[in-house]
Amino acid sequence: MANSLLEIVGLTKSFPGVTALDGVDFALRGGEIHALMGENGAGKSTLIKVLTGVFPRDAGETRLEGKIIAPRSPREAEGLGISTVYQEVNLIPHLSVAENICLGRQPTWLGVIRWPAIANRARAALARLDLSLDVNRQLSAYSIAVQQLIAIARALDISAKLLILDEPTSSLDRNEVEELFKKLRKLRAGGLGIIFITHFIDQVYEISDLITVLRNGCRIGCFATKDLPRIKLVSHMIGKAVHQVEALEQKRASAASIRSEAPMLEARGLARKGSLRPLDLDIRPGEVVGLAGLLGSGRTETAKLLFGVDRADQGTVRMNGREVRFDSPRAAIRYGIALTPEDRKVAGIIPNLTVRENIVLALQTRRGSWRRLSVAEQAKLADRFIQALGIKTPSREQTVRNLSGGNQQKVLLARWLAIEPKLFILDEPTRGIDVGAKSEIERLIQSLRQDGLAVLFISSELEEVVRQSQRVVVLRDRRKVDELREGEISEGAIMQSIANPNLERTGA
Amino acid sequence: MIRLNPKYIPLLATALVLLAVFVTGSLLYPNFGTPRVAVNLLNDSAFVGVAAVGESFVILSGGIDLSVGSMVAFVGILIAKLLQVGWDPFLAMGVALCVGTAAGAVMGGLIHFFELPPFLVTLAGLFCLRGLGFVIYPESIGIDHPFYGQVLPQLSILVAPKAVLPFTAMCFLSSVVVGTFVASFTRFGRNVYAVGSNENSARLMGLPVGRTKITTYALASFFSALGGIVATFYMQSGNPASFVGLELDAIAAVVIGGTLLTGGVGFIPGTLMGVLILGLIQQIIIFNGTLNSWWTRIVIGALLLVFIVLQKLISRGGDRETLVAAK
Repeated sequence: MANSLLEIVGLTKSFPGVTALDGVDFALRGGEIHALMGENGAGKSTLIKVLTGVFPRDAGETRLEGKIIAPRSPREAEGLGISTVYQEVNLIPHLSVAENICLGRQPTWLGVIRWPAIANRARAALARLDLSLDVNRQLSAYSIAVQQLIAIARALDISAKLLILDEPTSSLDRNEVEELFKKLRKLRAGGLGIIFITHFIDQVYEISDLITVLRNGCRIGCFATKDLPRIKLVSHMIGKAVHQVEALEQKRASAASIRSEAPMLEARGLARKGSLRPLDLDIRPGEVVGLAGLLGSGRTETAKLLFGVDRADQGTVRMNGREVRFDSPRAAIRYGIALTPEDRKVAGIIPNLTVRENIVLALQTRRGSWRRLSVAEQAKLADRFIQALGIKTPSREQTVRNLSGGNQQKVLLARWLAIEPKLFILDEPTRGIDVGAKSEIERLIQSLRQDGLAVLFISSELEEVVRQSQRVVVLRDRRKVDELREGEISEGAIMQSIANPNLERTGA
Repeated sequence: MIRLNPKYIPLLATALVLLAVFVTGSLLYPNFGTPRVAVNLLNDSAFVGVAAVGESFVILSGGIDLSVGSMVAFVGILIAKLLQVGWDPFLAMGVALCVGTAAGAVMGGLIHFFELPPFLVTLAGLFCLRGLGFVIYPESIGIDHPFYGQVLPQLSILVAPKAVLPFTAMCFLSSVVVGTFVASFTRFGRNVYAVGSNENSARLMGLPVGRTKITTYALASFFSALGGIVATFYMQSGNPASFVGLELDAIAAVVIGGTLLTGGVGFIPGTLMGVLILGLIQQIIIFNGTLNSWWTRIVIGALLLVFIVLQKLISRGGDRETLVAAK
C-alpha cells in the first residue's frame, strides 16, 4: 500500500492457553479512519495494547512511517506519535481541564511549571477541536462527552500521527456522537490516521473509510466500507454464513403469547424529586416492556425507583394487586424483582470471585448466611446456568474477570435467574458486548418471557428495544411522553415520540 | 458573585476554623493573641509540622505513612548517639536524612513493586524503626554539643518585641514553603495528585506512576527525618521511646487541613493551618489551666469527624454538579 502511516505485519501474541493474535496484518494511511471490528475476544484490544506497548509481542513487526518501532510502554508510544483514547475517560477528575491536557509534559522553566503557558497550550489544543472551554475549571464539572473530547485534545497535544479510539462512543448520546464525528472528520482532513474501535455498526458506516475484521485472533480481511454490505460485515464478524445471520436479524418477538392477564406490577404516579416526574407503568407476566429515551431521560432512574435503590417520594406500586413499598433492594428482591445494573463492572459482577461464586451470590443472600448452599448444590446450580445460558468458560471455577463482557453479563443474569424472579429489570444488558453474545442474550430474554417472566428492558439501542418489546414506554426529560403498543412499535415511531415536543400522553 | 471552585472549600473551612479557634482564645485570655504566643506555637508544633508536610504528600498520593513517629524517634536517638561518640553535628544530620530517605524509598518500592497496601508496609516500617532506635541505645541521651547549646539559640529572628522566632519554627515554615512549591510547581508534585486521584488513569496517561509513588514515600520519610532533627533541637535530647503516635497527629493535621484522605485533593498550606489548629487548641487548654490535657484529644477527635463529614458532603456536591452538566 502506498505511503502507509502504520504497517503491522504478522503480529502474534499468546497468553497462557490462548493465542490472542495470530499473524495479524494491518495497514493505515494518514487521513484515513480505519475501523477495527470483531466480537469480544477477537483480539482488537490485544492488537491495540501490543501496538501501544502495554503488552510485549511474541512475533511480528510494526512500522510507523517506514521505521520499525517497538514501544515498551504507552508513554513511549506517545513519544512516537501514537495516542490512545479509551472507552472510560482516563483523565484525572479532580484536576483542571488545562492540567489534564498537559499532565506529564507541562512546560517548565528550570523545572518550575509555567502555569500560564499550560492554560494557553490547553486552549490551543482544544481549539484544534473547535472547542472553547474554561480550562481552569475542574474536569469533573464537564459531561462525559466533553471529557471524551478533552481526552482527544490531550492525545493530539503531542504531535500525534496516529490516534486510536477504543470504544469512544459507548457513553455518548446521539447528538454527542454526531459532534464527535464532526471533529474526527476534521482531523482526518488534516491528515491524521485514526483507528476506530466500536460495537456500533451504524457508526462504523457513518465514519470509517476502511474496515478490518478480526475473528479469534486472525485477520479475516480488510474491506472498503462502502463496498461491504452490513450483513456481510456481521457474517464476517461472527463467522456464520449470510443467510444464517439474516434469520437471526429478522427474528421478531411474537405477539401471540401475551396473556391479557392483570398486571404483575402497577406503578401509579411514581416520582422522585430531581429524578423522575410522576410515571404510570404496568408490566404483565410474559411481557417485555421496553423503556426508550435518550441518555439522561430517566430510564435508569425508573429502574432505581422500582428496585428500591432510590426511594420514591410520590406514587404507589402494586405487585399482583397488593400495594408494596420498597425501601431497599433487599425488599424488592423479597418480592421477586431482580435488576442487572447499567454498569456491570461497577455495580454487579465481582471480578475476583469465580463463576460459581458469582452465580450463587443472590440466592445465598436471600437464604441468609446460616443456611449455606452446600458445595455440591452450588456446583449443580452453576453448571445448570453455564449450560442453559451458554456461558463460555473453561470451568465454573474460573474467576469472572477473565471472561469476556458478554459472558460476564450472562453470569450476572444467571445470578438473578437463580432466585427465580418474577420481574426482571435489565438496564443496558447488551452494552459493550459483541454481536454474537448480544443475540444470545436477546434470545434468552425472549425465552424467559415465554416462561411467564415479566421483563423491563432498558436500552439506548432503539433497534434492540424494537426487536425485544411488546410495549415501549418512551421517556424524555425524566417524564413519560408516550407509550407504543404492539403494532405501533418501530424505530421511527420511537424517535418521533422522543423528538415530538407536543407529545405528552400520560396514563396507560 | 465569584464562583468558588469547589476544591477550595475545604481549605476555606480550615482557615475559618483556624480563625475561630484563635478568636476564641483571644477573647478568653488577654495574653493569648500576642506575638509571643504565636512564636511559641510555631516552636511547639515545629517537628509535627515538618513531618505533616511529608505526610501530606503521601495522603495526596492516595497512600498513608504510619512510620512518622518511629522515624522521628529513631532519627533523634541516632543523632544523639552519633554526637555522643564525637561526630560533627552536620555530618550526623546528613547521615540521618539519608538513612531516613532511603528507608522511605524502600517502603515506596515495596508498595509499588509488590503492590502491597501502604498501611501494612509503613506499619512494618513503624515497628522496624522503633526497634532500631532501641538497638542504637535503649534510653534517652542528652545532647550537650556546643552547636546545640550555643549556636542554635542565636539562629533566631526577633519578629516583635519579646517574640523571637526560633530556628525550629523557621525549619517548619521553610518546609511548608518547599512543600507547597514541590506540590504545585513541579511535574512530580502534579503527578502525585494524578496518582492519588486515579492511579489507573495516571498510568494510561503515560505518567511515571511507579517513580512517583517511590519518590513520594522517600520524600515523606525525608520530611519525617527532618522532623526528627527539629525534634532534637526542641528537646535537646534523643529518646527511642518518644513520639509514639505522632503519625496520628500528623494525619489529623493533614485531614483537618483539608486534604482528602482518599487522595488527589488538598494543599500543603492547609496542612500548616491544620497543625496550627491542633497547636492552638492545646494552647487554649494550657491557658485554661484547670482542664485536663486529654481534652485536646477530644476536641481534635470532634474536629476530625466534622472535617471528614464535610469532605464527604463536598465530594457528593461535586458529583451533583457533574450530573447537571451532563444533562
